[in-house]
Amino acid sequence: MIMKSDGFIRITAAVFRKDTSSELRTRYALNALFLFTLTTLSIILFSFQSATVPVQVHAGLLWVLIFFAAMSGLSRTFITEEDRGTILLLKLSTISTPVFYGKLLFNVLLLLALTAILTILYSLVLPGFAVMSMTSFCISLFLGTVGLASASTIIGALIAKANARGTLYPVLSFPIVLPLLLTVIRATTIAMEDPAWDAAMDEYRVLVSYIVAINAASYLVFEYIWKD
Amino acid sequence: MKAFQAILGVWLSAVIFCALMFPIVGEITRWYEFPVIPGLEQKARILFFHVPLAWTSVVGFVVSVFYAIRYLRSKQIDDDIKSSSAAGLGLLFCALTTLTGSIWAKFSWGSFWNWDPRETSIFVLLLIYGAYFALRSAVQEDDKKATLAAVYAIIAGVTMPFLMFVMPRIIESLHPDPIINTRGKVSMNSTMLVVFFSSLAGFTALYFWIYSLKLRVARLEFKRSSAGE
Repeated sequence: MIMKSDGFIRITAAVFRKDTSSELRTRYALNALFLFTLTTLSIILFSFQSATVPVQVHAGLLWVLIFFAAMSGLSRTFITEEDRGTILLLKLSTISTPVFYGKLLFNVLLLLALTAILTILYSLVLPGFAVMSMTSFCISLFLGTVGLASASTIIGALIAKANARGTLYPVLSFPIVLPLLLTVIRATTIAMEDPAWDAAMDEYRVLVSYIVAINAASYLVFEYIWKD
Repeated sequence: MKAFQAILGVWLSAVIFCALMFPIVGEITRWYEFPVIPGLEQKARILFFHVPLAWTSVVGFVVSVFYAIRYLRSKQIDDDIKSSSAAGLGLLFCALTTLTGSIWAKFSWGSFWNWDPRETSIFVLLLIYGAYFALRSAVQEDDKKATLAAVYAIIAGVTMPFLMFVMPRIIESLHPDPIINTRGKVSMNSTMLVVFFSSLAGFTALYFWIYSLKLRVARLEFKRSSAGE
């Protein structure tokens, strides 16, 4: 039993455990996202045939895939709470901020796992996909995924309160994540072209400051969405 | 208010007259002549309209975010009316900025649109305004609508500096502000600067005048809709 008097970290961990076990029970998001990835990848494969494409196209496509995967899966954590009516219980038994961080943690891990699977699949099936600096590539993917998950989580919390959620989610998210996407696509391209691991240092700085900014803003405003 | 309108009208007419009629010459001999800016020539005249429009669209956004924060603290519906009115007007100025910039781009760069970082940032500002109003129309209850819109405006306000200030510095831009403003040195002469800042002040005053009108209309509409229910 989680009480309001419990510590911040304990509540966060409890919310995270709850979301993880409910996800593992149904495997809805995992299955849907995996099949989504498979479908989009095969469409890309069919349309490319055996054409060789430049590196920038690969970096761009990879992030298009990750972005839409995030858009189709990450709003679920908040929407299911509304749909099942469990949000009232959650509101009664906990305080707002740890709920947000629990769900953020869940979304970050879900998207990280998805990005890993997606990237491995992508590099296996698409010819001409080569990375010059593995370190730089992993840093870019990691920072980009964390930033994307952070932005998606707060927009997901917002969208759960509105009607027409499905169509509104990408509409609201796109302008917010565009600075991140543009930067991370550049960073990924650099990682695929330049063997030096710190060639994209400027981009990392932008990504880190984006993550800090969006999380600080989320921390400040989440309470207002939650109390509503 | 009457006096303010008269002054504003005369002021903006004078600015438009100066901006369009003052000759642009290579050798400046008289006080009313503008210098030639390499690469811009006669097209430099758009500076007096396009930049103030872009400025006011950002002012509209900042005012909107300011009242969004005020709304979350006070929960007064009037703050939400102020916030959404500012955003509505910002959207109008943002569309005008995109339009004037795109016409200028056609004659300077050869195409109406080519994803220069500056064009990208104004496009995203346009998208944010669009998303803001899409979100507002998706919620029925006034309080909830106001809260969600305020939260969205604040989150957008946090990410906007990345597009406005960070991206154009990472990605090379062809936009004239680095051309005019190489190493922070302005190559406009004093006449040009006076007209430019008068235009900036005039457009800002115009924004706040239309804003006060829009605010009155929005308050009346809100009163009518809550009385009708």
